[in-house]
Amino acid sequence: MKKIRIKIPGFLKGMFIVFSNLFKKNVTVNYPFEKETLAPRARGVIALDQEACTSCMLCARQCPDWCIYIEGHKELQPPSKPGGRPRSRAVLDRFDIDYALCMYCGICVEVCPFDALFWSPDFEYSEYKMSSLLHDKAKLQDWLVTVPETVGLES
Amino acid sequence: MVTTIDPENRPFVSEASVSVEIETEGMTLNIGPQHPSTHGVLRLVAKVEGEQIFNVEPVLGYMHRGYEKLAEVRTYPQVTTLVNRIDWVSGFANEIPFMAATEELMEIEVPQRALYIRLILTEMARICSHFVFNGAYPLEIGALTPLFYAMEDRERVLDLIESVTGGRFHPNFNRIGGIKPAAGAGPTTKKDIQDLPIGFYKETQLAMEKILAAADKFEDLVGGNEVFRARTKGVGVLPYDIASSYGVSGPILRASGVKFDLRSTTDYLPYKDLDFEIPIGENGDCYDRWYVRLQEIRESAKLVLQAIDAIPTGPLQTKVPKVIKVPKGEAYVRAENPKGEMGYYVISEGGLGPYRLKIRTASFSNISVLPWILEGVLIPDLLAIMGSFDFVLGDVDR
Amino acid sequence: MSFGLELLLKVGVVAAIAPAMALGLTILEIKGSAYMQRRPGPLHVGLRGFIFPIAEVLKFFQKEDIIPAQADRSVFKWAPAYIFVSVFGLFVIIPASPTLVVRDLELGVFYLLAISSLSTIGVLTAGWSSANKFSMIGGLRAAAQLIAYELPLILSVIGVVIQAETMSLVGIVEAQKEWGVPFVLAGQLIAFLVFMTAATAEMMRVPFDMPIGESELVSGFLTEYSGIRFLLFYISEYINLFVMCAIASTIFLGGYHIPFLPLDWVNFYGPLVLIGKTFFLGFILILIRWSFPRFREDQLQSIAWKILVPVSLANIFVTSIMKVVF
Repeated sequence: MKKIRIKIPGFLKGMFIVFSNLFKKNVTVNYPFEKETLAPRARGVIALDQEACTSCMLCARQCPDWCIYIEGHKELQPPSKPGGRPRSRAVLDRFDIDYALCMYCGICVEVCPFDALFWSPDFEYSEYKMSSLLHDKAKLQDWLVTVPETVGLES
Repeated sequence: MVTTIDPENRPFVSEASVSVEIETEGMTLNIGPQHPSTHGVLRLVAKVEGEQIFNVEPVLGYMHRGYEKLAEVRTYPQVTTLVNRIDWVSGFANEIPFMAATEELMEIEVPQRALYIRLILTEMARICSHFVFNGAYPLEIGALTPLFYAMEDRERVLDLIESVTGGRFHPNFNRIGGIKPAAGAGPTTKKDIQDLPIGFYKETQLAMEKILAAADKFEDLVGGNEVFRARTKGVGVLPYDIASSYGVSGPILRASGVKFDLRSTTDYLPYKDLDFEIPIGENGDCYDRWYVRLQEIRESAKLVLQAIDAIPTGPLQTKVPKVIKVPKGEAYVRAENPKGEMGYYVISEGGLGPYRLKIRTASFSNISVLPWILEGVLIPDLLAIMGSFDFVLGDVDR
Repeated sequence: MSFGLELLLKVGVVAAIAPAMALGLTILEIKGSAYMQRRPGPLHVGLRGFIFPIAEVLKFFQKEDIIPAQADRSVFKWAPAYIFVSVFGLFVIIPASPTLVVRDLELGVFYLLAISSLSTIGVLTAGWSSANKFSMIGGLRAAAQLIAYELPLILSVIGVVIQAETMSLVGIVEAQKEWGVPFVLAGQLIAFLVFMTAATAEMMRVPFDMPIGESELVSGFLTEYSGIRFLLFYISEYINLFVMCAIASTIFLGGYHIPFLPLDWVNFYGPLVLIGKTFFLGFILILIRWSFPRFREDQLQSIAWKILVPVSLANIFVTSIMKVVF
């Protein structure tokens, strides 16, 4: 006996797909109460290590938006060995990043020759006033604790 | 002078016909910059009679950001950060032709591993862009649910891109000579090379298998629906000679029957080593354009799976000087973006940045066909056709 | 009880139940559609978001009343009233039990069509009087659609009327009790499908929501309405959904009657059974809304005139033959 194949009309298949999704868990992350963990390389905020910075101005020059403001002066430090001459060291007066202008491209972190800037995936720093989006060097130093450890590589 | 009417030969009154024509003028309907269905701020000034359109004039420029002028005052690494944002839905694919043009001017060769990673990320960007289309196009036709399913599947790919590059939409991961290794810009850096992170291969494989299953789900939910077929089959037919004479490219040209794909004809990325098919359509109507993009999602997922197996080891970037100066010359490179063909024409006078950068975007040429194709269609069909062209205003206006 | 007191009581009950049912259907629609799309929907308003309809109604009360400068003011203000009156008028004939009905008219089914066609005027004047080209297009589309779909709506019910030999709704339910099976199984399945399709089109829901083409006309004829006037449209749409589904479940699915339950307690379980069947049909319509795209208006019209009207006429033909022969 020939099997009669009844062709199910296409819209019933679609309705069945939608209906079966009614019983699956929802995929929304209920934001203020549950948070997603981002990848360690995600670009949230830039952290500064003041000890390593020598005010070479490479980051401020290469920034496409010119949002980094650096001022510094040279200080004389006592010599390392007695009898030597005093060495000069660069000290930062001002290192501001204006996050209202920053476009999170990462060029400053990459060109820094002294490992003073790091990326951190923390993104919750919205403010009510635009002027408070200018993070000064103390605030940038505070972000350093949120920088994650580097994970291994595939190769 | 008195005219007498001859009783024998007087004209029949019934033969003298009086024609009364009711003069109707069409209505000018401004499908304006703010509208739920134009993908951005596109303005169409349509002359409409009843519901039938007899003339459409697109007005562009509401989103012009001046890319070509901005690129003249930036250095080469900085231009990459700008160029991401032209077609913001597929971020990575916009950087590639510019990199290829600059590398051609500097005459350096990119290592194989970098080329394979570029290929993987470009195909992921293509999947992202086509998922946005698959979610937004049924929304314009009226089905409200596929958008949410599309966004959920797209999140998987965006998470993968974020784990490699750090950014979801604007990765800024290409550097001249390869991709970003971040290995040492000076004497004391101890930063690690930013190669692919641990677990990338496994996660990508799982994600691509889910994407292949999602493409099947969309084919059932959207393509099998009789209402969707009635709305899109036979609507907005674009013959292949008109398409090629207007400069249309990408999935729209392939849906009209032309088997032309820059991935297999040019070699800016190693597509020749991998095995993929080029989906083409038969009629050139809206259904074919939708179906070609769905098939492209499947082909891209298969390409990524193949590329992960075939990726060679090696350096990620050739040696380039710290301050990049490109020698004098001109170069034009075309690439297959998700929206169509994108090309960058770089003229360099030996300085730190390009002297002139001309960007040929896909959507700008694609929507030049709109006045031809929208003559005589009804208003709902206008939205179906415009949606199937899948343009983004950032791509149109730069 | 005197006539005046009884009238007041009945009007009060209807005025209390109708918005409550509409809010219940709103919860089913918005939370149900949210779960179908794998998202939670409104969550922080009340207990897991389930009291949000009340919040929504209160929100509309505090909005500003905006009338466009070039709109026809009196027509603009009276348009929601036509729709509101027509859906409320349909509550008169719905039986919740053999005695719990506002007025069991002998011409129940005839009254149904007469009152439900008033909403056409409301939609057309709403679209015309807002000084907006898109609203006008929506209003004209609505006029054509609503007039076209009234025919299948009533022709599909005539088959049931022939089978039950009465036009009053209580009589139809009693006839189903005699038959033993509801009419949808006793040969009126095609009429049921035609009625549900025509009812979806009368309520202007997807797949027939061209007048409110959300992605084209940004709410169609409703675009310029805000505040309490929009609330009237919104509530009338959900009351219309409830009433049409209630009538469908009365005529085709057996109304307040379930076999194997004692008939003395019908005044208690009758309303609950009716509400249960109505919400079941409402759920099916909501599922259809969220999985279908919308038809173009010429496809809409050709479905009505070329498919639904001939099918319902054929149904009447076959039913009357069966009635005479058996």
